[in-house]
Amino acid sequence: MKRLALCFGLMLVFAGLFAQTEKGSVHIKNGTVITITDGVMENTDVLIENGIITRIGKNLRTPSGARAVDATGQYVMPGIIDAHSHIALDAVNEATNVVTAEVWTGDVLDPMDVSIYRALAGGVTASHAMHGSANAIGGQCETIKHRYGTYNPDDLKMVGAPRTIKFALGENPMRVHGEGNRIIPRTRMGVEQVFRQAFSEGKAYMEAWDAYEKKKATDATAVPPKYDRRMETMADILKGDIIIHCHSYRADEILMLMNVCRDFGVKRLVYQHVNEGFKVAPELAEFGAGASVFADWWAYKFEVYYSTAYNAAILTKNGVVTSINSDSGDYIRHLFHQAGKTQRYGGLTDNEALRLITLNPAIQLGIDDRVGSIEKGKDGDIAIFSAHPLSIYAVPQMTIVDGIVRFDIKEDSDDMRLDVNPETTDNMMLEYDEDHRCMEGVSEQMHSHKH
Amino acid sequence: MRYTSTVFILFLVGLFAAPALNAQVVGKHEKGAFLFKNATIETVTKGTVKGDLLVEDGKITGIGTSITAPAGAKVVDCTDQFIYPGFIDGGTQLGLIEVGSVSLTQDANEIGDVIPYMDALTAVNPNSVAIPVTRVGGVTTVITMPTGGIFPGQASLINLVGYTPDQMYAGFKAVRMNFPSSGSRGRWDRRSEEDRKKDEEKKLKQITDLWEETRLFAKVKEAKKKDSSVKLNYNPSLEAMIPVVNGDMALLIEVNRDADILSALRWIKKNDVKAILTGVAEGWRVADSIAAAKVPVITGPVINIPSRGSDRYDRAYANAGLMHKAGVTVALRTNNTENVRDLPFHAGFAVAYGMDRQAALEAITITPARMMGLGDQIGSLEVGKVASLFICDGDPFETSTQISKVVIEGWDIPMDSRHIQLYNEFLNRTPGVKD
Repeated sequence: MKRLALCFGLMLVFAGLFAQTEKGSVHIKNGTVITITDGVMENTDVLIENGIITRIGKNLRTPSGARAVDATGQYVMPGIIDAHSHIALDAVNEATNVVTAEVWTGDVLDPMDVSIYRALAGGVTASHAMHGSANAIGGQCETIKHRYGTYNPDDLKMVGAPRTIKFALGENPMRVHGEGNRIIPRTRMGVEQVFRQAFSEGKAYMEAWDAYEKKKATDATAVPPKYDRRMETMADILKGDIIIHCHSYRADEILMLMNVCRDFGVKRLVYQHVNEGFKVAPELAEFGAGASVFADWWAYKFEVYYSTAYNAAILTKNGVVTSINSDSGDYIRHLFHQAGKTQRYGGLTDNEALRLITLNPAIQLGIDDRVGSIEKGKDGDIAIFSAHPLSIYAVPQMTIVDGIVRFDIKEDSDDMRLDVNPETTDNMMLEYDEDHRCMEGVSEQMHSHKH
Repeated sequence: MRYTSTVFILFLVGLFAAPALNAQVVGKHEKGAFLFKNATIETVTKGTVKGDLLVEDGKITGIGTSITAPAGAKVVDCTDQFIYPGFIDGGTQLGLIEVGSVSLTQDANEIGDVIPYMDALTAVNPNSVAIPVTRVGGVTTVITMPTGGIFPGQASLINLVGYTPDQMYAGFKAVRMNFPSSGSRGRWDRRSEEDRKKDEEKKLKQITDLWEETRLFAKVKEAKKKDSSVKLNYNPSLEAMIPVVNGDMALLIEVNRDADILSALRWIKKNDVKAILTGVAEGWRVADSIAAAKVPVITGPVINIPSRGSDRYDRAYANAGLMHKAGVTVALRTNNTENVRDLPFHAGFAVAYGMDRQAALEAITITPARMMGLGDQIGSLEVGKVASLFICDGDPFETSTQISKVVIEGWDIPMDSRHIQLYNEFLNRTPGVKD
């Protein structure tokens, strides 16, 4: 009886959690529906009821209470997902240690960041609010939905999305810790050993707790090991509960981390940026690692000098689950255009190109059962475009999250900020660098606007 | 046996891969006569022509139907293909910066606030890896410009072909000026509003003084022509400013904030200089004033975030179109180094957000050409003009369009770059993972 009450109580708590975020019903009528998983359907309706896609078909009836949207002549696609972003964050880097697995960007969400609205105006409904790349093992990240309008940071969280953590290879951790603080890593050799040490310590910690749990059953005087949140996180990675998202550029370091992960039995691995991923595409495919790349960024630092804009195409054609990310408050607004570049550079098909910003990032974030395609039962996250979304002339018209219209070009007003301070004028900054934040929070001396 | 064959394969791969990685070596350019047949020719200035285009000795010598190929001319069938004039980027650091974060590969920003004699052309690296990467995308000609300070030096127009800066030079130089501003530089700018205002006034005074000193310097220089005993100190800054102060050389004035744009317009009127405004991110706020002052504008990047948090999300996209609609002469730039190849996409975004497509096309062809006084030489496909053009299978603003040939000053450019070479080498990598 007690147990039943507990269950009921827990159910209420969960219901409470889910009920926090607003859900709605929308009937999108007569659009060209790009499902991603089931082809393109002309003159087709998509019905979202209470936040979930319930029907896809022709001439559906609008249920009472649903908002009807005429999409005649327009293109309806799944809400775009960005697997690497730093919008909606009050802080990005906890750059004080080579390993900071204990911190979590979910603690510093900023629902009033106007970048969220601007991302919506680019058809983006979800993003991966990542820790920065200062540390070899950075903080845990938060997968968010762009529920702009709320003042509650928790409302942004995509409840149920798997936990993720930021790792970083190469120049950034070497610069911050080796050059800056004179501690390992100063080289890519050192970066490897940071991982091996942290995983070994995490393994020992996990084993100590397992031994304690076992002993506790028969020995009431058993003493638990010291609780350590950093080590808890490392143990959770080893258990497969956390997906690693690793900032990386060079082929050698990409191979190194795969070797380390193999040695510790870690399988859930996605590489971020991964500019030289194309060089080791067969190895990435064999491991089952994902690659989340820029469409065409290169040459902004030495480790991306030997890059190619054909990266996404090579990775895709080699069977690597690939996405295109923004890492920028600017680029997040036109990921559809970035995806289009894979047609110039490598001739991907429309569906291959659009998968890079929908289903594939969803797979990389472990949320593909809920978002990333237009399918019955999935979340009602939709972007509507004036033309085919891969066309340069396509303009996002409406963006829907959980059945709630969060962006409508017809209702867009100039100032969409939520935190307007009437006492200050919003003057233009001359060197506006809000869009690149991967190294934000690293000391002034190391100040770098690049990634 | 397996080991030896692997070694042999590795050796072979190495043999072919090694030269491929010296990627600025992309092959020989070829000059000669070319006849492009049955194309859709987008002349920009004289509409669309269905027919043939003849290139001889670096110039366009014929546009029309059924042109006969001169002896020795290479005939290229362009059925279902389009010919566009090479695109012109109105502001880049191409050739000046090789790797963004490696200071010793950066030649755009010299020490000093007033150094108008610094010449970007002298530091242009003709072998920059970014040059072939850019030109295979149809951008054939760019302004490359120094940065920093008040007068960082002289920008140059360059063609993306040639082995020396002089070969690349395309006939336009201008002194660059960063117009003083009282605006905040960023979140890290701790100056009070009053201090910022003081800094702005100090810089404006520096500019006024520079103008007076230049006039005096010019007078002394004239006097020295008549009387060799007149003493004239070496002063490269003042020397470089003489043609600007006289109104003979264009001044590229970088200015972005609305209030600063208005103040720049007043300053231009007062000093009667040959000015082109650059950047002009908030031009849409004061577009009527710019139009009334008849000062041309090179704006961009188009694909950018709005300059203020309170701005409508699409202001940067719409800026060029809004200024054009108000009557401003508008050219576009990427203000980029390694991704100048994105220029046509910037034009495409301007169109998506309201700019007339023809105006956007002109903004990366004939409009910048005219601004630089080169309207009779480049920027459109007309008989007698320089043969800088490219051939593509559709609208070049669209990312799905493929470009099959680029000609710059009559040189048939190898359609190769580091990015393409890496693609060819690694698409089906050998050895693969199991070989």
